[in-house]
Amino acid sequence: MTERYDAIVVGAGHNGLVCSALLAKAGKRVLVLEAKDQVGGAAITRAFATGYSVSACAHLLYQLQPKVRKDLGLKIEYAAENMETIALSPNGQHVRITGNRVDGVSDADTDSYRGFYKRMTRFADLLQTYMNRPPARLANGTAKDLLTLARLGLDVRLLGKTEMREFLRLIGMNIYDELVERFESPLLKGALSLDAVLGTHLGPRSPNTILTYLYRLCGNHGRLDSPAGGMSSVTEALAHAARDNGATIRTGMPVKRIIIENGRAAGVETENGDTFSSWLVVSNADPKSTIMDLVSPRNVETGFTRRVHNIRMRGNAAKLHLALDGLPTIEGLDKKDFGERMVIAPDEDYVERAFNPAKYGEFSSNPVLEVTFPSFRDSSLAPTGKHVLSAIVQYAPYKLKGGWTDATRDEFMQAAIEKLAEYAPDLPQRITASELLTPADIEKEFRITGGHWHHGELTLDQFLFVRPVGGAAQYAMPLDGLYLCGAGAHPGGGISGAAGRNAARVILSREKAA
Amino acid sequence: MTIQEVQLDRKKSPFYSRQAKLDRLNQWHEWKGYSSADAFYNAELEYFAIRNSTAVFDLTPMTKYRITGPDSLDYIDRLVTRDMRKIKPGRVAYAVWCDDQGQVIDDGTIFHLMEGEYRLCSQERHMEWLTAAAIGLDVNIKEETADIAALAVQGPTSYSVLKNLGLDGVENLKLFGLMDFDFEGTNLMVSRTGYTGDLGYELWIDPSKAEALWDALFEAGTNYGIMAIGTTALEQSRIEAGYLAAYEDFLPALATVRTGRSRSPFEIGLGWLVDFKKPNFNGRRALAREKRSGSTWRLVKLDIEGNKPASHSYIYTKKYGRFRQVGFVTSAAWSPICKHNIAIGTVRTPNGKVGDTLWVEIYYQREMHWTRLMAKAEVVGKPFWDPERRRVTPPGVY
Ligand SMILES: Cc1cc2nc3c(=O)[nH]c(=O)nc-3n(C[C@H](O)[C@H](O)[C@H](O)COP(=O)(O)OP(=O)(O)OC[C@H]3O[C@@H](n4cnc5c(N)ncnc54)[C@H](O)[C@@H]3O)c2cc1C
Repeated sequence: MTERYDAIVVGAGHNGLVCSALLAKAGKRVLVLEAKDQVGGAAITRAFATGYSVSACAHLLYQLQPKVRKDLGLKIEYAAENMETIALSPNGQHVRITGNRVDGVSDADTDSYRGFYKRMTRFADLLQTYMNRPPARLANGTAKDLLTLARLGLDVRLLGKTEMREFLRLIGMNIYDELVERFESPLLKGALSLDAVLGTHLGPRSPNTILTYLYRLCGNHGRLDSPAGGMSSVTEALAHAARDNGATIRTGMPVKRIIIENGRAAGVETENGDTFSSWLVVSNADPKSTIMDLVSPRNVETGFTRRVHNIRMRGNAAKLHLALDGLPTIEGLDKKDFGERMVIAPDEDYVERAFNPAKYGEFSSNPVLEVTFPSFRDSSLAPTGKHVLSAIVQYAPYKLKGGWTDATRDEFMQAAIEKLAEYAPDLPQRITASELLTPADIEKEFRITGGHWHHGELTLDQFLFVRPVGGAAQYAMPLDGLYLCGAGAHPGGGISGAAGRNAARVILSREKAA
Repeated sequence: MTIQEVQLDRKKSPFYSRQAKLDRLNQWHEWKGYSSADAFYNAELEYFAIRNSTAVFDLTPMTKYRITGPDSLDYIDRLVTRDMRKIKPGRVAYAVWCDDQGQVIDDGTIFHLMEGEYRLCSQERHMEWLTAAAIGLDVNIKEETADIAALAVQGPTSYSVLKNLGLDGVENLKLFGLMDFDFEGTNLMVSRTGYTGDLGYELWIDPSKAEALWDALFEAGTNYGIMAIGTTALEQSRIEAGYLAAYEDFLPALATVRTGRSRSPFEIGLGWLVDFKKPNFNGRRALAREKRSGSTWRLVKLDIEGNKPASHSYIYTKKYGRFRQVGFVTSAAWSPICKHNIAIGTVRTPNGKVGDTLWVEIYYQREMHWTRLMAKAEVVGKPFWDPERRRVTPPGVY
């Protein structure tokens, strides 16, 4: 017996949940099928050692779109808000950044940073308007598409001619040149470089790293929050919103294939053989696994298949989780500082050098790290007196030469711990349990092809009108009744909810038009 | 690699030694890396061999791919617009394939050699597209152009020649069928296909047996007016038959740069090959849209007054005494057998319906001076040349 729904959403990642909640809110009977036993996708809290829990992939919240909060009336409780970024220095001369303020650098850098921040957030605001609407089609546009295009022109023009030229010049540029031109402080330049490349297969000298930097600022100007109880509290809140609106969410239900009948989506079949019918299937899985595995190329056309096949999505970010029997000591830090975000990126060249090996399929033996101690402000995550370290470690190329094995994973984890020990010498002896997720592990656990943060590299050739691929950039896939709603679609990854919200809006407005 | 090891000259077909012996003109051109003769004796004489006796054309240079593997049928069926499930082993299908925009990449013939094994023959090379089409399917695609020697044997006496060659059972071979024979211990595949619009066959054999086959064939054809022909005569006959040539009557979509220069199957008269009953094939979505909203271009076959071939002419409509340009001729010839001045052209819709009168602007030169002529052109529906004998099985003995 197959049950019929108005819409089936494959995957309960945060985008799938946002989309489901909005579709349900519009009166649709929605079924969400999630492979894992828990909702949230790469935004979850889970145990990694007895008594120790952590946000397993995403650990800091900075991109959640105000429009998503508003549309769903989200109330999120925070363990830490507006966190500081501390760019660690081995000799304790740290640099601290929050908003437009930077401490620990020259006056010239302080001034320069204020100007830089102002300009970047201004451009980010422009970019943000595009994040929250579907991108225009390039050719054969409908009147509405032309309007969006015209608005792109208009918004850009509102910036003024000079600023517009500046914006268009900047988004293709690398952040390295910009930073070197503006700042003296190596730590400041290192920290900003890291921000620009987190989650990408890019170094600070790669093109369009200003775009990736701007992308990070979209929505909240880079303000960093940490949800109480870890990332699951965000996705649980989203799941509540979906359920409150009437959506059914079923976990532990991996979808094996999207059923295609007469050239259109007709439902899904799960791995245990259950089938569910719907003329509307929305996939929160990444575009490659959606098309290649769930739909099968034989149901779509060759040009489209080739473009999907060629999406660049090899992850480079690994996630390190350490259980500690106490906080380590870091020279120059107060205890309260352990509630902030720390980065290990001593200078811009260091970050670029960390990237170099990744180009050749090797991991960085001197990695860059984004480190938090979430248990410091959130006692629910570790036993009393004990702590959790959660760090993003780059670069760990998905396609490691020779492949990822237990041995190579261990080797990379040791490199990360050694790097941490340069700043916190007593850290190694405090470790009681550990976990490192390579992109290969992330692919397996979270079903993200390549383990890529954004479900597809965030580069100009895979951005806006051409994300995920040209000709299918508006959530609708070239197969009737099939939509994408995840990070692989416009605008990209991060806990933002933009893709999920835009997809729901496209689906609903198309329906109205039909 | 030393310089001597690099092949710098054109490839020679495995029939080259035999063709060279017959050649009186030394007029050769390049065809996909091979030397191919324009004509051996006299193009007109060769043309009449096609229509009156038996013409032998070396089609070895034609691009050939072998498609095998568990998904080969699904693969081919998604690749082309027609329903390949209907094409059983031992049958050949003329087909056209499109990109996602529904624009024609090429046309060609697909031989269903045996269950799950196909040969695709086309004018152009398509490995890149064919490989892309294989993503996610379990198929194997191999170019086998040089691995097979192929001859077209065309004309009213071609059946008699093959019979005389000892191909017992060839009388049962139907149009678009294929059969295997033994030739001196080697497999000889014969298909009843061709590019002349006449009774005719194509012979496929291992290159090591090419010369022996040629010799035997010509010996068997001595009393049936067998003659080697070049591309000039073939070109004339294919226009009569109303067959299309890539780069002449349409531009392969992947070779176009400007929008609007490619054509859909509907726009080149191949709408009959598009089967919307199939749920998916390359170009389906775009073609369904075009079917709803109408095509921009239409292919026309023109019967033109006078006898000056209308090559490269503009095509006009005439209303209230005023000419308006609506398209251009893509192929033109004087047809000796029909005694008509014929052409194939492309015009903007809604012009060019069968029965419409159009005008072509013909320029011709007499003793250096150019003359311009507006000739009336009737749009015809049927091919100019399509004799009964092409289809009749068993074929007649001429
Ligand atoms: C190591 C790492 C660290 C990160 N850190 C941060 C950070 O600090 N801050 C931040 O904002 N972003 C971060 N990100 C990015 C962020 O996690 C992702 O961009 C975001 O989670 C994508 O959300 P999504 O809903 O689009 O997809 P996902 O979160 O990937 O969700 C997709 C869901 O679909 C399910 N699914 C897939 N296939 C099937 C199937 N066949 N059947 C059923 N279900 C299926 C999956 O199980 C999953 O639950 C990080 C990413 C990584 C990899």
